[in-house]
Amino acid sequence: MTTTITTGADATPRRTVRPTRPDRKQRWARRAPLLPALLFAIVVTQLPFLFTLYLSTQSWNALRPGSREFIGLANYATVLSDDRLRAALVNTVVLTASSVLVSVLLGLGLALLLDRRFPGRGIVRTLLITPFLVMPMAAALLWKHAIYNPSYGLINGIFGGNTDWVSQYPMVSVVAALVWQWTPFMMLIILAGLQGQSLETLEAARVDGAGPWQTFTRVTLPYLRPYLELGALLGSIYLVQTFDAVFTITQGGPGRATTNLPYEIYLTTFRKFEYGEAAAAGVVVVIGTILVATFALRLISSLFRMEDPR
Amino acid sequence: MTRTSNPARRSAGLTGAVWTVLAWLAGLLFFLPVLWMMLTGFKREVDAASNPPSWFFTPVLDGYRQVFDRDLTPYLLNSLMASLVSTLLVLVLATPAAYALSIRPVAKWRDVLFFFISTKMLPVVAALLPIYLLVQNLGMLDNVWTLIVLYTAMNLPIAVWMMRSFLLEVPTALIEAAAMDGANLLVTIRRILLPIIAPGLAATALICFIFSWNEFFLAVNLTATRAGTSPIFLVGFITSEGLFLARLCAAATIVSLPVVLAGWIAQKQLVRGLSMGAVK
Repeated sequence: MTTTITTGADATPRRTVRPTRPDRKQRWARRAPLLPALLFAIVVTQLPFLFTLYLSTQSWNALRPGSREFIGLANYATVLSDDRLRAALVNTVVLTASSVLVSVLLGLGLALLLDRRFPGRGIVRTLLITPFLVMPMAAALLWKHAIYNPSYGLINGIFGGNTDWVSQYPMVSVVAALVWQWTPFMMLIILAGLQGQSLETLEAARVDGAGPWQTFTRVTLPYLRPYLELGALLGSIYLVQTFDAVFTITQGGPGRATTNLPYEIYLTTFRKFEYGEAAAAGVVVVIGTILVATFALRLISSLFRMEDPR
Repeated sequence: MTRTSNPARRSAGLTGAVWTVLAWLAGLLFFLPVLWMMLTGFKREVDAASNPPSWFFTPVLDGYRQVFDRDLTPYLLNSLMASLVSTLLVLVLATPAAYALSIRPVAKWRDVLFFFISTKMLPVVAALLPIYLLVQNLGMLDNVWTLIVLYTAMNLPIAVWMMRSFLLEVPTALIEAAAMDGANLLVTIRRILLPIIAPGLAATALICFIFSWNEFFLAVNLTATRAGTSPIFLVGFITSEGLFLARLCAAATIVSLPVVLAGWIAQKQLVRGLSMGAVK
């Protein structure tokens, strides 16, 4: 599609400096490879949100046919004054923050353990990444039945007792299963960071008389910071949308103890069929996400090499 | 932590041994649930539900046989179809786009890059209702192609970012030389770009495959019996009563196996993919 363009890459104008403004045809030739992906992304991911906006102004319960009418912002009033959404928001924050924090810390510890040569290092690494590769739905079922079950679960089987882990510690149960899956992810990113650390810096710290602990806190940890941030950021993007684990392990319960926003909106849509309210809740979540994402994007641009391409 | 990392130096003596043992213990501890899942899949249901847990037993294939008797195969095929086709589509869309954001960048490449990643941050749940209604109107509920389109959109941002990071590594001199030799774009792509970015394409494909294979939220809300993917097969086990643990573990092992094997084999590519190209 762009076979007419055969000039070398050096003719490429930089983003900031434009010696010659490429003519119309050339600019479109440049854009052509991008357009299919861009259009696809806009149509599939952005148009539904416009439709969500429209739906959020409707009073529409799918169980009462013919009940649909324009009610302005009333759904928003319902949703925002509703305790359930607030509880779900709190649960989402608790669930995301604790799983990200714990898995980053554990991932850091494991990465430090693996950042040295020892017999069977490759095998240990392989064992450690496996939890992340297990299908999340399968992992959730595994934890619910094979590990947490009070009568034949692995925990009570090994340590005795008959604690019903899921109903007594619902949030901890969900977080533990998520941490188990996401620690390997964090470990991989942090380990890649550790292995890029120059030995000379460490040697210099040692020569300067720094002990191992000092070297770790003063040299290694600051050096690892972007990797820790990257892991935490990407982990949050995925974990804030947690659905499988809640749906499977606790069904949001007991009561609403583990109902997070995705599960709450799912319930409003497909259990109560309050389409208008579900849409309004969706819009509120999107606005919240945009607020958080603005910071996240700023972080991303500092973490990823965002220099001008050639 | 009492010592810092040092990949070049093998720590000597007792401390070294202690850290090695600790690393092995951590690895085994994290692997234990997976091992338990695999073992339980080969138990008889009575052994699976025994307390205390039985580590030694006569392995049987009952669990596996029952899972396939309950028609797991169509679910696996749906998963395979949805994952493979969407991965292929993602690569076809993302590679040219990444090219237009790296080697011959469009004017606002930075904005475009951020637009892509922002679609990944928007919660899927907020789009579920309109997507559901639209799909319903089109008569596309319980259709694998619906999942294919949505999985393509889901993985597109990751693939664009990854492929861009791989394309940025192609030496400029190489492309310039090709241009000077009078090679046109297609020849340049085929002879120079493709061989260099082939590992990148493989890594991107792996990540897209993993995420589509494991996707549950869209699948559970938009499919049922005809187009259900493998995680949908597992839904039946959520509230099961009675003796079913061996069957559950057999099913969980089978549906997880493709991604576990792929991830084990392509460990090196995994890091780069998971960090969207940021970490090598």
